[in-house]
Amino acid sequence: MKLHHSLIAAGALVAAFAAPASAADISGAGATFPYPIYAKWADAYKNETGVGLNYQSIGSGGGIKQILAKTVTFGATDAPLKGEQLDKEGLVQFPMVMGGIVPVVNLDGVAAGDLVLDGKTLADIYLGEVKKWDDAAIKKLNPNAKLPSTAIAVVHRSDGSGTTFNFTNYLNKVSPSWKDKVGSATSVEWPVGIGAKGNEGVANNVAQTKGSIGYVEYAYAKQNKLTHTKMVNAAGKTVAPEIASFQAAAANADWNSAPGYGVILSNQPGAESWPMTAATWILMYKQPTDPEASKAALQFFAWAYGHDAMAQDLDYIPMPKSVVESVEKTWKSEIKGPDGKAIFASAQ
Amino acid sequence: MADIALPDTPALVQERPDRTRVLSRLRLTNASFRTLTLAAAILVLVILGGVIVALIEGSLPALRQFGFSFVVTESWNPVTEKFGALAPIYGTLVTSAIAMLIAVPFGLLIAVFLTELCPMWLRRPVGIAIELLAGIPSIIYGIWGLFVFAPFLQHTLQPFLIDLFGPIPVLSTLFAGPPYGIGILTAGLILAIMVLPFITSISRDVFEAVPPVLKEAAYGLGCTTWEVVRHVVIPFARVGVTGGVMLGLGRALGETMAVTFVIGNAHRISGSLLAPGTTISASIANEFTEALGDLYTSSLVALGLILFVITFIVLAIARYMLMRIERRIG
Repeated sequence: MKLHHSLIAAGALVAAFAAPASAADISGAGATFPYPIYAKWADAYKNETGVGLNYQSIGSGGGIKQILAKTVTFGATDAPLKGEQLDKEGLVQFPMVMGGIVPVVNLDGVAAGDLVLDGKTLADIYLGEVKKWDDAAIKKLNPNAKLPSTAIAVVHRSDGSGTTFNFTNYLNKVSPSWKDKVGSATSVEWPVGIGAKGNEGVANNVAQTKGSIGYVEYAYAKQNKLTHTKMVNAAGKTVAPEIASFQAAAANADWNSAPGYGVILSNQPGAESWPMTAATWILMYKQPTDPEASKAALQFFAWAYGHDAMAQDLDYIPMPKSVVESVEKTWKSEIKGPDGKAIFASAQ
Repeated sequence: MADIALPDTPALVQERPDRTRVLSRLRLTNASFRTLTLAAAILVLVILGGVIVALIEGSLPALRQFGFSFVVTESWNPVTEKFGALAPIYGTLVTSAIAMLIAVPFGLLIAVFLTELCPMWLRRPVGIAIELLAGIPSIIYGIWGLFVFAPFLQHTLQPFLIDLFGPIPVLSTLFAGPPYGIGILTAGLILAIMVLPFITSISRDVFEAVPPVLKEAAYGLGCTTWEVVRHVVIPFARVGVTGGVMLGLGRALGETMAVTFVIGNAHRISGSLLAPGTTISASIANEFTEALGDLYTSSLVALGLILFVITFIVLAIARYMLMRIERRIG
């Protein structure tokens, strides 16, 4: 598609004009979900080393297009690429940080953590099959709650997003009829409900509409004090959304089971695991055209892995130590300069 | 000016430049000025042509895949890559229709008030306030619509409409369903507020251009204000008013951010005006960033092409109407 090329060319032109301000800056583009933590890391990193990060949060789709056009040193995506695609393009993929997705509701007399849902019921609500709050399926999970006989107003994201990708991926795993009728992608054909733009749009619509349900990133629900629900996880246990349950999901995942660490963390086993945990990935070339830029980017990522307290401050979940070690090994074995030597030496 | 020019004059006189040289310089200036204006005009055509070519080229994969069914299919499924544009087309046309239905009469009434009835001291403040409405960025309308206007409608107008039309057969489906606050009707209302200043200020300007002698003659014959407006002002100004209405309609069709915030963004066609829907520009704004795959992106570009065609048709109809009016008068 020629249009693509001209769009990308225009993007490159903009990047070329923007770049000279600080030639040594690391350039990246992609997912919006991790943007706040990347920005925070970048700010601290610049203060420490003088090397800045120019990250354009244009969406995962845009990030993939930009890295394939080689206008940036790294791309960032919420939906991992498949193994064959990584091999075909000569890309390395690794997870950078994680987050949780939580259902939020607006019901009189129901406080945060009061309501319990399971995956099948959540899928049925989003399919429009469970229509009222006092439906038998919800009552069964909440025998003591006072549930009104009002219609459930479903709210979903209208823009394509990694949050939707992970949310629908979870519904796919727990509900055959969801998989059959809707499926999983960054945006889907929603059977019911209203679409709102961004986490803030969903949060606002839920806050305004009595009897509504939506899904937002954990950081957003926590900072805005939204009424989140608990979930029944794959092990049949009821868990609350919190850093510990997200980390449990990450720890129970088999990170080497998919190429490029492309493990979707939804519906992970383990009694403590939160079922809607999500990672976000970085894409880089195995044989970069500019090895110096890639080296600077890898040093920044290594530094960021070592500063996980910053991530927790913003309610992101840092990658487990074992995963970080494995990723750094991958860097050493896979990402090479023109001389065939590894670009990344060791974490500073 | 004269004071500044004086010291130079003796020098000019001393030089006495050659007459032919001056003339040729003038001719050169004139020619280059003509070329410059021509180039500016051609540039617009080139850009327009470039946009059309890029839109058609970008939408080819989608149009090849779906053919004409793209325009008449309601389903928009990124998972199975089956795309149809009917729901956004419907939403675009219906929200614009609602906006015009409200904004045209209101805009004309305000313009009549400002030119014929308003006390002098009030004209400027009201006129400036309306022009300020036109200057508010659309994202502000969107935020205001989502945080203030939609909840207000949810608690007042929408329940009222549902109760009012509940027992009436056709209207009950038109105003059915739970009051979400956001939806097709809310988007239409926001658009009405956004296009109101365009219609008002252009109508006011053309009303003011009506020769006072015509109005005074009508008043002299004993006409009421209504009769003067109905039989003198509006017939005289109808070409200009139509232009203002079309400008407003153009904005309503293409408006993106404000609509995205309040329309509910659902790729569905519902009989109810209170239900969520989507428009062409809202769909593109929502989905372009995360659209993966050529077919998905191409379908969004094809939506853009359809909006382009719709706008073109609207403008063509407006031109045609103007021509007919002119011929009838002429």
